[in-house]
Amino acid sequence: MSADTVADDLPQAGTVEMGKDLHRRHLLRGAALLGGALAANALLPAWARSATGGPVSRSPTLSGDDIALDVGHATVQIDGKPHHAFAVNGTVPGPLIRLKQGQTARIAVTNNLGEDTSIHWHGVLVPFQFDGVPGVSFPGIRPGETFVYEFPVVQAGTYWYHSHSGLQEPMGHYGPLVIDPAGPDPAPYDREHVVVLSDFSPVHPHVVMQRLKQQPGVFNFQKQTLAGLLAGRDQTLKDRQAWAGMRMDPTDVSDVTGSTYSFLVNGHGPADNWTALFKPGERVRMRFINAAAMTIFNVRIPGLKLTVVQADGQDVRPVEVDEFQISVAETYDVIVRPTEDQAYSLTAEAVDRSGMARATLAPRAGMTAPVPPLRARPLATMKDMGMDMAAMHMGSAKPSSDTAPPPGMAPPTARASAESMAGMDMSMRDPLNAPQVKLGPGVQTISPLPVDRTGEPGQGLESVGHRVLVYRDLAALEPNPDTRAPSRALEVHLTGNMERFMWSFDGETYSERTKPLAFRTGERVRVTLVNDTMMAHPIHLHGHFFELQNGYPGHNPRKHTVNVAPGGKVTFDLTADAPGDWALHCHLLLHMHAGMFRVVSVRPLGGAAA
Amino acid sequence: MRRALLLVGMLVLTAATGARAQIAVAPGVANSEPPPAPSDHAAETLYDPGAMAAARRQLALEHGGGTYSMVMANIAEHDAGGDGYRWEGQAWFGGDIDRFVVKSEGEGGRDGVDRAEVQGLFSRALGPYFNVQAGIRQDLRPRPARTYATVGFEGLAPYWFEVSGALFLSNKGDLLGRLESYYDQRITQRVILQPRVELNLAAQDVRETGTAAGLSDAELALRLRYEVTRQFAPYVGVSYDRKFGAAADFARRAGERAEETRVVVGVRAWF
Repeated sequence: MSADTVADDLPQAGTVEMGKDLHRRHLLRGAALLGGALAANALLPAWARSATGGPVSRSPTLSGDDIALDVGHATVQIDGKPHHAFAVNGTVPGPLIRLKQGQTARIAVTNNLGEDTSIHWHGVLVPFQFDGVPGVSFPGIRPGETFVYEFPVVQAGTYWYHSHSGLQEPMGHYGPLVIDPAGPDPAPYDREHVVVLSDFSPVHPHVVMQRLKQQPGVFNFQKQTLAGLLAGRDQTLKDRQAWAGMRMDPTDVSDVTGSTYSFLVNGHGPADNWTALFKPGERVRMRFINAAAMTIFNVRIPGLKLTVVQADGQDVRPVEVDEFQISVAETYDVIVRPTEDQAYSLTAEAVDRSGMARATLAPRAGMTAPVPPLRARPLATMKDMGMDMAAMHMGSAKPSSDTAPPPGMAPPTARASAESMAGMDMSMRDPLNAPQVKLGPGVQTISPLPVDRTGEPGQGLESVGHRVLVYRDLAALEPNPDTRAPSRALEVHLTGNMERFMWSFDGETYSERTKPLAFRTGERVRVTLVNDTMMAHPIHLHGHFFELQNGYPGHNPRKHTVNVAPGGKVTFDLTADAPGDWALHCHLLLHMHAGMFRVVSVRPLGGAAA
Repeated sequence: MRRALLLVGMLVLTAATGARAQIAVAPGVANSEPPPAPSDHAAETLYDPGAMAAARRQLALEHGGGTYSMVMANIAEHDAGGDGYRWEGQAWFGGDIDRFVVKSEGEGGRDGVDRAEVQGLFSRALGPYFNVQAGIRQDLRPRPARTYATVGFEGLAPYWFEVSGALFLSNKGDLLGRLESYYDQRITQRVILQPRVELNLAAQDVRETGTAAGLSDAELALRLRYEVTRQFAPYVGVSYDRKFGAAADFARRAGERAEETRVVVGVRAWF
């Protein structure tokens, strides 16, 4: 696309009809600046292109004050097969947008689809009218229109962007966004690679959604079977009976699996083997972004230690691990220092172990390393249903940290676990445990004993034999900007019914309850998310960072997305410092589509009252 | 002993729940009132309120307000060595709570359709696992055709049993009932054994339709399917059908058997 075509498109665009003066002003200014801006957008080396050739990605890097994006149809090649996709500037992922802290970004987005679209800047603090959620922030971008986003870039770090319209994101409408700090980077590096993890199904996401509504286990080909029982695998007969009696399936880890998904690294399938280069001895910074629709990944590079230096774009005290779980919509920056002249496999295994994304880190193109096989899929436990037997017996939710092995290095649990029967008589749907939850058909269970699981490895990483990142490893590098005590506490329940594929907050979908969660501008609130379901939910709040309460007062990690473990809970303190309306939702996009979405309002709009 | 353990467990649970409530108002967290939810929309200060209202309607459709549909033939089979055939299936359309459902089942043979019925039902989700359903059942065969008002339920019982039941009141004043249940036993990820039972009951003998008071007839079946895909599964099965009491007499007088075992091949499919 040339600057001319964009400029030609602009006068025809119907944007002026949809907005008020502000919209028109931005539109015209964007049009005036666009020509020069595009010329200035030198097409930098294709960050997403594999060093080994293969399918050539055309993804460039876009930077400067004015950036032009177009959203349209494209055909992408994944492991040699063509697929229809929605693409930003013709590629999946879209171009890397590289901004500088302190600049003002003007990003003109042209919609070449036959339906409305939008772009949300995930984790980027922008005025609410540019947050890109149709129906909350703005009306959306009509077909043929160009909408100009304009915002001051106040932060630094690794972020991403994606459509917030319908189910366009699972079809490829996403890309990375990196903001270089105005000052020196606290985690300097010799070389960097942006690693966008995602999932892609040849089945249209609306059809995937319909299948889940029709038969929720339709994509799970790792269920427990009679053959497995006879072979002595998985749960014992006693446990199976107990779980069947509760109508709970412990293999229900992911709703959509490798049976339909390909797992991608920068748009490349496992066979494409996206390859990133390094010189031995270099400090290589890898910016991991989980842009998947429905897949939580376990990331490792066997043979290399991963030093985590940033989470959700915010610098953290460096912590060295062998593996980390990245939930949907999170980002982690890690530094690796390969010293040997050899190739390393990078694997991002789906949490249910139904497949993996695979790439290679190598000194020269064409080298490969052994790819570790998929490990056994996890089975949910009573704790994943919010029944922490340890807490029940000891009267405390806290494991004794003196004797506990490091995260990831716990001994494997015995197959006939003693835990299972103890909770059988506990009510799994007692309204007294969550008075605010509307108990309808959409609420299958209410966690009777949810515990803070931020000190635990992600599902299936408890006993992998090496050090795994946990949330309690994360401490903010910089002091927290607001350390006031919260003026009130708020509890939000994550609710669902896996048998009907219904998902909601406090038992009500957005379509049922459009009333927002209200905050006062500047007010500080302690928010606890309680997971009443047996699945993890990555909960994303727009327009804010919140301080995860994980034991580092004054240095709590600031996040935009937090994974709430099955049957667990997470507490964060939020300063509602961004007036406007914002989305709060599960970033498993089909959960969001099913209704796990609320509007958060921050008033007054005028300024800091509180 | 178990009861004692349970009691202790519940006490600890109660204590822990209390502890949880205390965390919510942990030291240092004040207890100020939340603000009322605003009735305005921030984006309407900058964008056309009409466009925003339309976008909000779309937002609701895309965040919980969707409608879906399904058509399933659980049974579509033919006798392995004979002329008989049988079907049973349903279709639904609607949201998470309210749905429109069409059900049909029937059987036939060389001489045409012996029994055929279709139901049109409104279905409403009542709890996490069960729906109540009400509507009309129309029997097309046997003649003379009957029309029934019907009310029933269907859902998922503990231990993964699919169950349903219904009462039917005919335009002649006859009251019938039906109970069905099946269970999918996974042998492997794709090989599944489905035992199924259907019991037809009646409050009175109905000579015209060959129905007997009490338990009129029963179908017991085992079907072993292979899921080529989750949506398409050929199967083989064996079905034992038996009529009871007056229904058996009616059948014998009509020259039919009151008891029959059939080996069947069929397809289970849905989309």
